[in-house]
Amino acid sequence: MKNIPQKVIHQYLRHRKKFPHVWCPGCGNGIILGDLLRAIYNLGIEKDSIAMVSGIGCSSRMPVYVDFNTLHTTHGRAIAFATGIKLSKPEMNVIVITGDGDAAAIGGNHLIHAARRNIDLTIIIINNNIYGMTGGQCSPTTPLGRYASTAPYGSLEPNFDLCELARSAGASFVARTTAYHTTEAREIFEKAILKKGCSIVDVISQCPISYGKLNNFGSAVEMLKWQRDNTIPVEAASKLPPEKIKGKIIRGIIYDTDKPEFTEEYDKLITHLTGELSISKNKSVNKKVTGKAN
Amino acid sequence: MSKNRGTKPKPVLMQGNAAVAFGALDAGMRFFGGYPITPSTEIAEILSAELPKYGGKFIQMEDELASMACILGASIAGMKSMTATSGPGFSLMQENLGYGMIAEIPCVVVNVQRGGPSTGLPTSPSQGDIMQARWGTHGDHPVIALYPDSVLECYELTIRAFNLAEKYRTPVILLMDEVLAHMRESVILPPKEKLKILNRIKPNVPPEWYKHYKNEPKYISPLASFGEGYRFHITGLAHDENGFPTQVPQEVEAMMDRLLKKITDNLDDIIQIEAFEMDDAEIAIFAAGVVARSAKEAIIKAREKGIKVGLIRPLTIWPFPDLDVEMMLENTKAVIVAEMNQGQLINEIKRVTKYGHHSKFIKLQKYSGLIITPDEILNKIAEVK
Repeated sequence: MKNIPQKVIHQYLRHRKKFPHVWCPGCGNGIILGDLLRAIYNLGIEKDSIAMVSGIGCSSRMPVYVDFNTLHTTHGRAIAFATGIKLSKPEMNVIVITGDGDAAAIGGNHLIHAARRNIDLTIIIINNNIYGMTGGQCSPTTPLGRYASTAPYGSLEPNFDLCELARSAGASFVARTTAYHTTEAREIFEKAILKKGCSIVDVISQCPISYGKLNNFGSAVEMLKWQRDNTIPVEAASKLPPEKIKGKIIRGIIYDTDKPEFTEEYDKLITHLTGELSISKNKSVNKKVTGKAN
Repeated sequence: MSKNRGTKPKPVLMQGNAAVAFGALDAGMRFFGGYPITPSTEIAEILSAELPKYGGKFIQMEDELASMACILGASIAGMKSMTATSGPGFSLMQENLGYGMIAEIPCVVVNVQRGGPSTGLPTSPSQGDIMQARWGTHGDHPVIALYPDSVLECYELTIRAFNLAEKYRTPVILLMDEVLAHMRESVILPPKEKLKILNRIKPNVPPEWYKHYKNEPKYISPLASFGEGYRFHITGLAHDENGFPTQVPQEVEAMMDRLLKKITDNLDDIIQIEAFEMDDAEIAIFAAGVVARSAKEAIIKAREKGIKVGLIRPLTIWPFPDLDVEMMLENTKAVIVAEMNQGQLINEIKRVTKYGHHSKFIKLQKYSGLIITPDEILNKIAEVK
């Protein structure tokens, strides 16, 4: 049994692609990719029906390693490319992999508009609080006072709460998890993929090389422990008085609702105007394959 | 409108922007992503009404960066796609336009030019984006850009733009003048069954054999769509023939050569140029778009006075028709380059005739927001005499 998770991941990797990957030792990207692949395996989704779209940054290098329809786009624009794919082929499961800088700074406009449209994209923001690929510059999620190579005296800017942003912009599914909480992450990814509507998941991850080093977090293991000790499940938080959850990061499913989804609404318009269905609508989730990953 | 076009073509009164919209629909375009901007907005407005009737998709994106991105996404998922914009929006599209070029994704970008730089003259004509169309996105890259001069040609060249995009797996730019976009002319559209519509070549090999950036055939690989069983990777990074990022010098060079050669090896197919009264011309006028219309009028008047003057009009402005222009100018004693900018085409003319006998280049440049009139061209012709 203990070998199953490894085998699960292996079947989704690209064997024509030359490894090793670009990620530094201790990076959270590999853990999160593992969680995502186990979620896809558990849902039994066919590889052909998945389009994985990313922008620019460390996490955005993810699609090249996996055996899906993969698109590594320009900085900040992954959601806009994904919007074109989803509208063109609504039956596909379109997953966006993006980072905090990619999604919330240069691509912030596309993030909020995808949420507003409630287009059926699964947007996974791997949030390491820093620009890793360019060497540790501050991002819109670098907390106030934290150090970065472009914030040598500590950041003077408050950070975004990506979940609050996503929810107020109109996303129908909003969640937060961490690289540490792998089982929770997998379950959240499963729900996010199944959700008919815009799903945005803020995944707190560690960058021991840049963010960790600049802010004296210690090793990657110390950073993972930090994620464990400084986050609190949303259910537990709701039962505690505000002073008890002060300074803690809330994780879990923050918001989950059902509302009209953009591509479905557009297809209804086509049906109304032409009297015929354009393209098949349903996500191709093959229910027959139901292996449990862990 | 285009639906009630019967087998007997009837003349219809149509605007240039509408001709682009209906040309695109007839070319099989089924996805439009755009952002409102004068003077191109009618294209988006018409398509927002028409596309869903054709089972196609229209989306008004949050900006032009997103517009360009989403049409590339739609194309890779299998839909012929386009956007339409003007100078400021065209500037915002440049990065993703370059992505379309390196990733070799077919699509059409319409730029109805207005006066610039910056917000400039939103409602006035200009030909100030000719060089932006050529060099707007960063890095080395070949470009295909077409330039119509009538409402009918807006329709025809839009279809041609899609055909070239599909055939050569690249974004194609349609440059238009504001005057043409808003001008209404009576046109007789060709019957649909007579239209020549090209579609991208799909792979016929098993997925494990498929290489979407192979040098064959003729530098252009077949292109599968996402979701068809060919699970491949697309990136804006330099890539090998499997689409995987590479920094191996030989592989990078091969990619760059392929991007260039797929265009430069097919110039005969891509370039269209009109010669009007050039057979015995001693003076040539070089002009594109609506300026060429003024030039034709001027030429007719000048010919009445016995002046041997003709027009060279590129329908394909990029790649520049070097050889054709050089040959056409061979027996002329002067060339008047008329353009609504501060001198973008004239340098191309000088470049292509550099080693020829030609010595007289006359510039006629206007960048006030007004078009060049036939009289202004006649005055220039008189200067030569």
